[in-house]
Amino acid sequence: MFDTKGTIRQRRNFIKAAGALTGAAGLGVPFISRAQNKPIRIGVPTILSGRVAQLGISSRNAISMEAEKFNAAGGLGGRKIEIITRDSKGKPDEAANNTRQLINSEGCEIIISAESSAGAFAVQEVIRELKVLCIHTNSETSSLSADPKIRVPTAFRTARQGIHDAIVSASYAGSVAKAKGLKTWMSCSPDYAYGRDNTSLFLEYLKRFHPEVELVGEAWPKLFQPDYTENITKILQAKPQALYSALWAGDLVSFVDQASIYGLFMQTSLFAINMADYTTLTAVKNLPAGIHSATRYIKTFPASSDNAAWADSYKAEYGDYPTNWSWENALAVGFLVSAMRKTKSTDATKLAGALRGMKIKSPFGADGTITMRAEDQTTIGYALGWGMTIPKEPYVPNVTPGDWKTILEYETEWKKKMGYA
Amino acid sequence: MDFEALLSCFSSPSCVITQTTGGLISGMLLFLVAAGLSLIFGTLKVVNFMHGSLYMLGAYFAYTVYALSGNYALAVAGAALGVGLFALIFERLLMSRVYGSDVLLQLLVCYGVILILDDAVKIIWGAQFLSMGMPPAFQRPPLFIAGGVLPVFYLFLIVITLLVAAGLGFLIAGTRIGKIVRAAAINPTMTSALGINTAVVFGGVFALGGLLAGLAGALAVPVRSLVSGMGFSILIESFIVTVIGGMGSVAGALVGALLIGLVRSFGTIGFPLFTDGLMFLFMTAVLIVRPSGLFGKEG
Repeated sequence: MFDTKGTIRQRRNFIKAAGALTGAAGLGVPFISRAQNKPIRIGVPTILSGRVAQLGISSRNAISMEAEKFNAAGGLGGRKIEIITRDSKGKPDEAANNTRQLINSEGCEIIISAESSAGAFAVQEVIRELKVLCIHTNSETSSLSADPKIRVPTAFRTARQGIHDAIVSASYAGSVAKAKGLKTWMSCSPDYAYGRDNTSLFLEYLKRFHPEVELVGEAWPKLFQPDYTENITKILQAKPQALYSALWAGDLVSFVDQASIYGLFMQTSLFAINMADYTTLTAVKNLPAGIHSATRYIKTFPASSDNAAWADSYKAEYGDYPTNWSWENALAVGFLVSAMRKTKSTDATKLAGALRGMKIKSPFGADGTITMRAEDQTTIGYALGWGMTIPKEPYVPNVTPGDWKTILEYETEWKKKMGYA
Repeated sequence: MDFEALLSCFSSPSCVITQTTGGLISGMLLFLVAAGLSLIFGTLKVVNFMHGSLYMLGAYFAYTVYALSGNYALAVAGAALGVGLFALIFERLLMSRVYGSDVLLQLLVCYGVILILDDAVKIIWGAQFLSMGMPPAFQRPPLFIAGGVLPVFYLFLIVITLLVAAGLGFLIAGTRIGKIVRAAAINPTMTSALGINTAVVFGGVFALGGLLAGLAGALAVPVRSLVSGMGFSILIESFIVTVIGGMGSVAGALVGALLIGLVRSFGTIGFPLFTDGLMFLFMTAVLIVRPSGLFGKEG
């Protein structure tokens, strides 16, 4: 059939195209530069409201800061990065919907998934379907990149991995336990996937590094529980020599404040993996001396001028020191920028090819560099360490760095055990 | 389930004392929130779903007054009075307009205010969690009683709450104001016909409920971190306490809160993976035996 409306539409389109061409011929360069100046839209689904809003905000800050540096240096042949952020409120379904909208409606060519593990797994499935380049920046759950069934060719991770943390934590705790004779241990971690996985891995490897350790009890407060009295009194009864905790942020602050007035830390050494992050360290007003913690992020570890300068410039820009999520997101932009400059493209397949096995200079690297491991598309070589906290800067004066040779050795064994390798 | 650990605890005086005082402490703060909730329901026949937000405001007000003055007593008084005043304004401007309306409309009004307050807290105090720290007067080693441990601050908290409970009981049962409140609760039309301004009574009761929630927030702030939305978890437990004690009964709120505190405290030893479930199970058991709650009036 003859479609009058369609014909008219085609004619209008033709006239528009002819007009554009005529304009382009007349103006020449501006037409070409308009195409070249199309911004590189990066979509960032993250958590901007609720209990962990502070971490989502610190992720967005770090991404913006790094993107501004790239834009100030001229971008990619004149193309500047434009960040579009969406709040998932920590809900997996909203994380997935936001990612879909960022790609389909906002035209984002790249996704930085600054979601916690719950959201990251939902985002991963959208990326599997839409095949856009994605970097997960905050999910520490190892299976996201370690499990071949979950892995996606265009999805990468710059977040620290749970298995890496577990090995370093247990190695440090095991050596302290041997030196100080800490044989009886207890755990007090939040009762959800992260708390359970993190704690069971830590205890498993602690036994490997120090087989004489005995677990005398467990306490599983629920996530965001305001009152820990029942857990603290239970720990007091069990009288463990050492306590491991994967509590984090405000929950850890409340636990430490409440346990301190019971004098718990006079009889028990606390190993709290999430203590040495500025938001937590600065929030605890009466920080007891001698808490052992992993370095989530502090400006003095790695002890390099690059790392300190990065933390200071972040603080100058946003008023607070960066968080653990900040460095992980800054690292993602670092890898993206290197890949875009190498390929001179924003094409997902080309970028993914460049990212696999890429090694970049980074203030967060144990030796000043971080590698995106090709086999599972996750980062290795980032700075990991443990030390004893003090209530003022530098908060963790003496950090024992994790040994990447040991980490990789145990990780390979773990992957085989889990059927991932 | 770990019956062996539970039996071992019951046979050890130090364990019984530590867990009992721990249970009392948890129960005391719950009582202050639940008492206000119960008082408002008993008199006004409305469920104040934003009561947890009043607790949150109390905590933030106390944090701010303490930061400005360094005086914890002033912080507690300021927070309680400030939240009482806020509750009065909320009751006069919004809640009084939906008395007698469908419960869904009351829920909607409260939920709207919860969202506004949570966002206002983020705008004023920031999205990050805050911690006030223990005032210097309470930074001292805990007391040891027959091997049991009792922190000094918690002893203060127990004493203050018991004084408040006694004062509240006297106010309701032994004063003319209490008689007027009880009369307004039973028959507001008749009370009004006798020349008593029931709007003032209702506003006063709502303000008193708010004051108690604010006091709870202020007493919690040295040991609990502050974050927008922190009122939600205590609201759920307060509802459980109110249901167990009997809607509208302040004495029921006290007994319910202490029972919940003790159930959680000993439950964490005997049923470490079922402490929350135990709380709901206990509530179910009470409702089966006494559907109106332990101190609730039948019918």
